[in-house]
Amino acid sequence: MKTLIDLEKKINSELTTKINNTSIKHNQIYVEIDKEDLIDVTLFLKTNKDTKFRQLIDITVVDYPEKVQRFKVVYLFLSHEFNHRVILSYFINENEVISSLVSIFPSANWMEREVFDMYGVNFKDHPDLRRILTDYGFEGHPLRKDFPLTGHSEVRYSEEQKKSCSRASQT
Amino acid sequence: MTKKIKNLNLNFGPQHPAAHGVLRLILELDGEVVEKADPHIGLLHRGTEKLIENKTYIQAVPYFDRLDYVAPMNQEHAFALAIEKILQIDVPIRAQFIRVIFCEIGRILSHILNVTTQALDVGALTPSLWGFEERETLMTFYERASGSRLHANYFRAGGVHQDLPAGLENDIGKFCESFPKIINDLENLLTDNRIFKQRNVDIGIVSKEDALDYSFSGVMIRGSGVPWDLRKSQPYDCYEQLEFKIPVGKNGDCYDRYLCRIEEMKESVSIIKQCLAKMEKGPVKSFDGKITPPPKKELKQSMEALIHHFKLFTEGYRVSKDEIYTAVEAPKGEFGVYLISDGSSKPYKCKIRAPGFSHLQSMDYLIKGHMLADVPAVLGSLDIVFGEVDR
Repeated sequence: MKTLIDLEKKINSELTTKINNTSIKHNQIYVEIDKEDLIDVTLFLKTNKDTKFRQLIDITVVDYPEKVQRFKVVYLFLSHEFNHRVILSYFINENEVISSLVSIFPSANWMEREVFDMYGVNFKDHPDLRRILTDYGFEGHPLRKDFPLTGHSEVRYSEEQKKSCSRASQT
Repeated sequence: MTKKIKNLNLNFGPQHPAAHGVLRLILELDGEVVEKADPHIGLLHRGTEKLIENKTYIQAVPYFDRLDYVAPMNQEHAFALAIEKILQIDVPIRAQFIRVIFCEIGRILSHILNVTTQALDVGALTPSLWGFEERETLMTFYERASGSRLHANYFRAGGVHQDLPAGLENDIGKFCESFPKIINDLENLLTDNRIFKQRNVDIGIVSKEDALDYSFSGVMIRGSGVPWDLRKSQPYDCYEQLEFKIPVGKNGDCYDRYLCRIEEMKESVSIIKQCLAKMEKGPVKSFDGKITPPPKKELKQSMEALIHHFKLFTEGYRVSKDEIYTAVEAPKGEFGVYLISDGSSKPYKCKIRAPGFSHLQSMDYLIKGHMLADVPAVLGSLDIVFGEVDR
């Protein structure tokens, strides 16, 4: 697909029922879908000869604590072939479990671990869902809007115990 | 009689010179062959994205210097471009040239560090001594333009903080004349060096398909023969007006990636030269008083300038509600900023896409079946800097 408009048409006509909304902004296509259709839409974008979004650039979540469906999950794809970018997104509730993309894109592994670590979103069928960026034994999910900037606890070196220990921070 | 031999688990790092920072790599060894590698990252995690959400757009810029701290300005660039696209600000042409010059200087800074320390990891000391002298010269250019050798805080939405001081253009020009000789010297030491080749050729091979699947970018994908460079394919600032080639590897091994980096340095020198030749005097930041602070001399005469200055440095400028992803070709690969603004003066969300993160996660795939001694070679050619991996 040469132009973004063609591509938008293509996505809409091939995936009619699975697409909630599409728009073009800043030379990128924004696609909104439902949580259940993630795998189908991703497979289509990756394998169809007119889209060929062969690279998963990133996965992230945006937190809107005041909304009923709190988290917006965002996937960024890139097609080298046609030089296009797609931003795929859907909303989920706080405790919903979503599908993992690791079987389609191996690079999704760490990206999903980061989302799990930072926002506490759980992934189904993820091979190795552990925390990745925060400390061993860390509690809470730092990028949620209700997590305080200073954190819940502070780590210090205890002279008596000769090791580092944490205590609740005074705010 | 058969004896059952258990695999050995080896902790590599976090305090190991060849780990290039604070990487804890847990290796499962069968004799000297690596069966599994599990990188533990996050030891340098500072919560950059959280901090940015709590700062104004101007205050957020210095955090980008601290990501990939060997090429600071390249990252500021991505952030500045994101804001400019949302606010639809035009950047004066001189500012574009200055930004491109300093991005290319950043590329050279990063590639010198990588090439020479990779040589160091496989046993050659001299290249790093020669290379670091040049890095020092380049960092003085950073210092003369921005006041700081590393944490520049120089790029702004709409241009750069201030114009180049007198004589700097000349000195950068002189550097461009002398530097190719240094690249040649480095190449004489390494390119045909028997030991260097034995340690790098056919090590850590990445196929085209896998490079795509593992979200590789930059030299990691070009080394495998994919001619993909955002400066060419999705040009930003004045890259469209400049002529440069994209070096591409053939085998996708550590040696090809080394060759790509050497060639890219030569291209960067040529880009800087073209910029210097095309640059003319002119403004270096946007004229929009709502974004750009007023010149100092106006502050004592003009009430409007005073108000703008006060507003900009207390509340900061507001960015209208939008959602955008912008990426630049940083020395290590595609560095992107996914920015969500909500109309206030602070970003609602700022996700940083660091190339090193996806490169490091492929460590297990790259090193499986290699010898223990190949770990530093592969790690070196991935070009990992923990500031950006851990954020």
